[in-house]
Amino acid sequence: MKIYVNGAVTTQFGELWGVSPRSLARGSVESALKDAGIESGQVEALFVGNMLSGMLGGQEHLGAFFAEELGLSVPAFKVEGACASGGLALHNAVNSLLSGQYATVAVLGIEKMTDHKPEDVATALMGAGSEEERSAGATFPGLYAMLARMHIQEFGTTEEQLAAVAVKNHYHASLNPNAQFHNLLTVEQVMGSSKVADPLKLLDCSPISDGAAAVILSSKKAKGSVEIAASVVATDSLGLAQRTHLTQLTSTQKAAQKAYHIAGIRADDVRVAEVHDCFTIAEVLAMEDLGFFPRGEAAVAIEKGETRLGVSTRVVVNPSGGLKGCGHPVGATGVKQVVELVEQLRGSAGKRQVDNATIGLSHNVGGSGATAVVHILKK
Amino acid sequence: MIGIVSYGSYIPRCRIPIADIARAWKKDGEEVVRSLGLTDKSVPAFDEDAATIAIEAALSCFTPFHGDPTDVDVLFVGSESHPYAVNPTSTIVGELLGLGNTYLAADLEFACKAGTAAMQAIAGLVAAGHAKYGLAIGADTAQGKPHDFLEYTAAAGGAAFLLGSEHVAARLLGDTSYSSDTPDFWRRDGMRYPSHAGRFTGEPAYYSHVLGAAGRLLEMTGTTASDYDYCIFHMPNGKFPREVAKRLGFSREQLQPSLLVDHIGNAYSATTMLALAAVLDIARPNQKIFMVSYGSGAGSDAFVWETTSELKKIQQVRAKNTLLVADAIRNKAYVDYVQFLKLTHKL
Repeated sequence: MKIYVNGAVTTQFGELWGVSPRSLARGSVESALKDAGIESGQVEALFVGNMLSGMLGGQEHLGAFFAEELGLSVPAFKVEGACASGGLALHNAVNSLLSGQYATVAVLGIEKMTDHKPEDVATALMGAGSEEERSAGATFPGLYAMLARMHIQEFGTTEEQLAAVAVKNHYHASLNPNAQFHNLLTVEQVMGSSKVADPLKLLDCSPISDGAAAVILSSKKAKGSVEIAASVVATDSLGLAQRTHLTQLTSTQKAAQKAYHIAGIRADDVRVAEVHDCFTIAEVLAMEDLGFFPRGEAAVAIEKGETRLGVSTRVVVNPSGGLKGCGHPVGATGVKQVVELVEQLRGSAGKRQVDNATIGLSHNVGGSGATAVVHILKK
Repeated sequence: MIGIVSYGSYIPRCRIPIADIARAWKKDGEEVVRSLGLTDKSVPAFDEDAATIAIEAALSCFTPFHGDPTDVDVLFVGSESHPYAVNPTSTIVGELLGLGNTYLAADLEFACKAGTAAMQAIAGLVAAGHAKYGLAIGADTAQGKPHDFLEYTAAAGGAAFLLGSEHVAARLLGDTSYSSDTPDFWRRDGMRYPSHAGRFTGEPAYYSHVLGAAGRLLEMTGTTASDYDYCIFHMPNGKFPREVAKRLGFSREQLQPSLLVDHIGNAYSATTMLALAAVLDIARPNQKIFMVSYGSGAGSDAFVWETTSELKKIQQVRAKNTLLVADAIRNKAYVDYVQFLKLTHKL
């Protein structure tokens, strides 16, 4: 059985103070249904990817909450896996179709973060870490800073090379009307921005965002369908202390290798990728763990523009702007990545269209690599 | 014509460099100063509170005033740090000023704009003939929780404006307000420190209300930015007033004389009023001033003032008695972080 994305839409990402979660959900799902050319009555189940509705919004019955808002009297589930919640919701939706339980389902990735105090959001996000990390007072910028420090030590990666990730992704975001940021950055601006957790600076970090993305998945092919050729999840220890390596995320490697095998492709076949650049170092790790570049060589390649739109001849990475430029409403990110790939594979990505986009890969990470979700999409 | 008959200002002498607060929390001082756009903030002395600061500002206001204090029919004190939850600051101040007993006294609270709300309300009472003179005071010893972002900016100061209809030094040519239920900053009863909603305090709060009030007043008066000699915007930090002035088309030169925040931080209810005092200290007759306050929760009061030849007399008395805002800014004594904690009763 083949699974298809028949409708795919993302809302504007950003500081959406005037928009409620209900409006975000309705706007994105109704648009996705329209994109798929179906009525809401044809949706047999709703999968919601979300991380923080309980801790920040006090709402822990999210499946029914959004089903009610959407006027859907169907089975509805909240799927949570930290920043990989969106990817995990997709994976569960794919499995439900493969099992034959449903023929058409909706997946909604959604997060409303900016209505809350930054310290409350930071505390809630640490729910993705290990107990030891939380009790030690670590934050995710701190944890990824440790990964960056190790990469710098082991491979001689420079802070300027990390900054090049943010520069590239802001350039891509400047071409994406739904992105949170449309301003271009320079390496100097990134290097001169406030320190957050050395060596990571403010402009090495993805923002706190609001946004939603929705896709309609079906086992029936339709006009504009894009096939999900593989949907794979892998896990690792919650905390960094238990890891064998700190310059690679094993979960990403495992998920990618299995996804390539299922889809019958190699890493070299991927022309467009949406990867989890929650911090600039995370994109460098992803490039190596996904097999796009040998270990220790991704940062140099990114700096040379080998993954930049209009320059790259092999794989364009994060044409949406990634988490850094497009924004990172955590539960929405994994779904938004797939929406971007659908637009790329349909050839409807406008100014950020990647040439010859026939195979796309999305890579969604929870925590510091405890969960990795890889999807491969084919034209 | 309703206007300002006299005005006064007071800034506590103690200052703490923002970089010292940053260093106490192992932050990069230069980076914090650059990011917030201010270098020092004023700190109240151990025995100063909003009431004493209000009195100092009012005494400064009465120095150039030759009328009878008992002709003051209204006294409103705006503050978000009234010393008592129940027991008015305004009557403490009125008693010490010798206003007698036949005056209307009330305390106002509206985050950083309670003082300008007092000015607007008093202008209405004077215009209606209910008061000969009315005294509007904004005074605060603003609270900031240690390690909270507010610790860098929450300062102390006071300003007093005596409004009337004769011999005015600045005519009120127009005023308006813009209000909404926007909870960007709050302090519940019994809580020592306020809470705030991070970046939400920017676009939907400060900018939306300041621009809302400013736009309405420009439209009401049929004026544009270039019609004014000076502009004043509330200063929660050094960045917001500069940005909002730019968006409204005001120049750096029009704004610069009002930017007290660079030297004393945000004195909350007193901030825009102190800035108006600073501008009046240097303005010439027949100059126009555009002024917009902002109070969280949220609202903005906007005013257009035009100076008269009476202003010079007030300026001379203020200069002779070293009461100018510039004098108060120069008259400073630095304290270190530990002293700052003691002075603000945190240690």
